[in-house]
Amino acid sequence: MKKRDIGLIGIVLLIAFLCWFIPYVRGQFTYEKAQLRITVDGEEYGVFSLEEDQVIRIGDTNVCEIKDGYVTMTEADCPDHLCMKQKRISKTGGTIVCLPNRVVLEIVSRESSEGPDVVAS
Amino acid sequence: MWWRHRERIRFKGSGVRLLRMQGDKDMKKTAYMGLFAAVAIIFGYVETLLPVFAGIPGIKLGLANLVTVILLYLFGWREAAVVSFIRILVIGFMFGNLFSILFSLAGAGLSLLVMVLLKKNGGFSVAGVSIAGGVTHNIGQILIAVCVVENVNLFYYLPVLLIAGLLTGLLIGILSGEIMKRIPGKDLT
Repeated sequence: MKKRDIGLIGIVLLIAFLCWFIPYVRGQFTYEKAQLRITVDGEEYGVFSLEEDQVIRIGDTNVCEIKDGYVTMTEADCPDHLCMKQKRISKTGGTIVCLPNRVVLEIVSRESSEGPDVVAS
Repeated sequence: MWWRHRERIRFKGSGVRLLRMQGDKDMKKTAYMGLFAAVAIIFGYVETLLPVFAGIPGIKLGLANLVTVILLYLFGWREAAVVSFIRILVIGFMFGNLFSILFSLAGAGLSLLVMVLLKKNGGFSVAGVSIAGGVTHNIGQILIAVCVVENVNLFYYLPVLLIAGLLTGLLIGILSGEIMKRIPGKDLT
């Protein structure tokens, strides 16, 4: 290990910290006014409230469940099922992705799901 | 030396062509490349047996990158690239799908590029080069993921993936350094 290696580690840690800290300070990770937004193929499939428990079918490929304010992917027809192994999400900024089916579950705050400027594609 | 001689072989109707017999050195290198490719594929297989880390998919130890780093140092970037490519294709067709091949290629390509550049003119040790490789591997994959699902919010994963790339890269770098100290590297090339 040389000095430069340590420097590199420091830079990576700093970038990682900033990538987490800046959205955190801006209040993007909160429980308040959180909603579930489902996107398929880059197009919005629907926005759901986290307050009521429900099971949502996403096309023919995936099924996700809202329970006690937490969202999990319960079914997927893809071969690896990585999306079903992901942790349940509840805060804004949390995402569950099923790449083969191009399904994205994400928690957004109520304002940002209405504003056109935040929708990214 | 007998293998330096060029042999004339006559093909039907195509005149005379020259065929240089492979040198002893080349054959040795080819044999080692095959061995390294086999080891990389085995590492890739072993990794599919390990469970996904704590709820965060896509985080792997990157054992196969051990081979890439060692090849980069012992032979060069071409050999490292060829062996990585073979490993990704074989592992992809055996255990993954076209998606996983695409992801692996993006990550491996970007990380190899950065590792080559840092090794050439960075003044980093093996550990530093490997850390850069691990981190950029993950960045490459998240870039592809963002393109696939067309959703920029995936970058929320970035801090986790950066730290993961740092840790696995560091581990692989230290391991590669120790392995290269112990194997007779100069005999290989």
